[in-house]
Amino acid sequence: MKLVFHRKRIAGTLVVVPANERSFVADMKNFNFPESRSLKLKEVMGFDKRRVVGPGVCVSDLAVFGLEHLFERGWLKREEIDALIVVTQTPDYLIPGTSCIIHGRLGLKRDMISLSISQACTGFLIGLIQAFMMLEQESIKKVVLVNSDVLSRKVSPQDRNIYPLVGDACSITVLERDAEDSVIHANVRVDGSRASALTIPAGGMRQPHTLETAKLEDAGDGNLRAKDHLFMDGAAIFNFVQTEVPPLIESLVAHAGTSMDSIDYFLCHQPNRFMLQKLADKMKIPHARMPNNVVEHFGNNSGVTIPTVMTFNLGERLLREKLCVCLAGFGAGLTWAGMLLTIGKFDFNGIIEYK
Amino acid sequence: MKSVIEILKEIRPEFDFAASGDFITDGMLDSFDMVTLVAALDKNYGISIPGTDIVPENFQNVQTIEVLLRRSGAKI
Repeated sequence: MKLVFHRKRIAGTLVVVPANERSFVADMKNFNFPESRSLKLKEVMGFDKRRVVGPGVCVSDLAVFGLEHLFERGWLKREEIDALIVVTQTPDYLIPGTSCIIHGRLGLKRDMISLSISQACTGFLIGLIQAFMMLEQESIKKVVLVNSDVLSRKVSPQDRNIYPLVGDACSITVLERDAEDSVIHANVRVDGSRASALTIPAGGMRQPHTLETAKLEDAGDGNLRAKDHLFMDGAAIFNFVQTEVPPLIESLVAHAGTSMDSIDYFLCHQPNRFMLQKLADKMKIPHARMPNNVVEHFGNNSGVTIPTVMTFNLGERLLREKLCVCLAGFGAGLTWAGMLLTIGKFDFNGIIEYK
Repeated sequence: MKSVIEILKEIRPEFDFAASGDFITDGMLDSFDMVTLVAALDKNYGISIPGTDIVPENFQNVQTIEVLLRRSGAKI
């Protein structure tokens, strides 16, 4: 579905990462594979360091920490938030939505919208789209978008398919109307028939958590995981990304009436280095214009990867100049989306550590 | 330049690839091995095998891998 927005902008982005760092080499002993094979995988995929929360740390803890940071520095005022959108697949509770938890902990005003959305790796784009739609309302002048997941708490340490790549993080993005006549193009797609390719089978209403769902089982490929853990059909997801994302981006660029060459950077979700290199090759985009270094420094932090790749690679530049970028997210659902917009001259932009 | 068999042996030295007609069915290559293999083939032949071609049927044996390599622009 093609969408167009006018006169909207990102005012700034703050990424919060846990101070706790784990390394792939240290974790290798947990996997039921020879170290030599794991090391080859490390080299190709870019697995190295990743940031994960300590026991008991939840999405609202990271979000409140980040928002207080913005309040303390005057980059955002509590009372000017007209809408709070929280996108996560690891909520603090099943009920209520995590946006209400954050709202209560921060003491935000009552006369505002609080919305919780269940989305993962496409979540930054879904959140932006929602925020831009809200900003069509005269009464909404500033929207805070929180993307956060603590998926490290839902992966098996003995699952080499998932464990080495998952990181935790939170991003806070402030959206507002743009005084300039800016145009934002977006394209979003979904295929729910492939939902089981990326899922946590137990813990919801369909298969509630029990002692049985917590038991580690041999997945048949050398990995051990429980039904309470995140499962990913890696081959299916890889094929999905390589097949679906390039035509989505090409369609987006054509609809916007621009060209691939006029886009400064392609800031994509960061599943692993190899997948992104193949994606760039397929679209004939130089690797330098599609950064792929988030997994090696932070891990794949789900819906936070796009703010992370943007801030980690372009942070300083985005405080003083504007860049034309194509954002692309893809993952659970299956969902995939792209957005073409100009970003920059942010009021704030950075990465901080949660301790 | 290394041969396909030499590259396969570097990835899974415990197997005799010359003796197998189907590396996937025989359990000699899993999906992660295919990724490692593609990265090694790309580097060895100076190509980029398309991501959409990284499917088990293209890695069943040396012949299917060589067909894939030629299709991807490798000179073998």
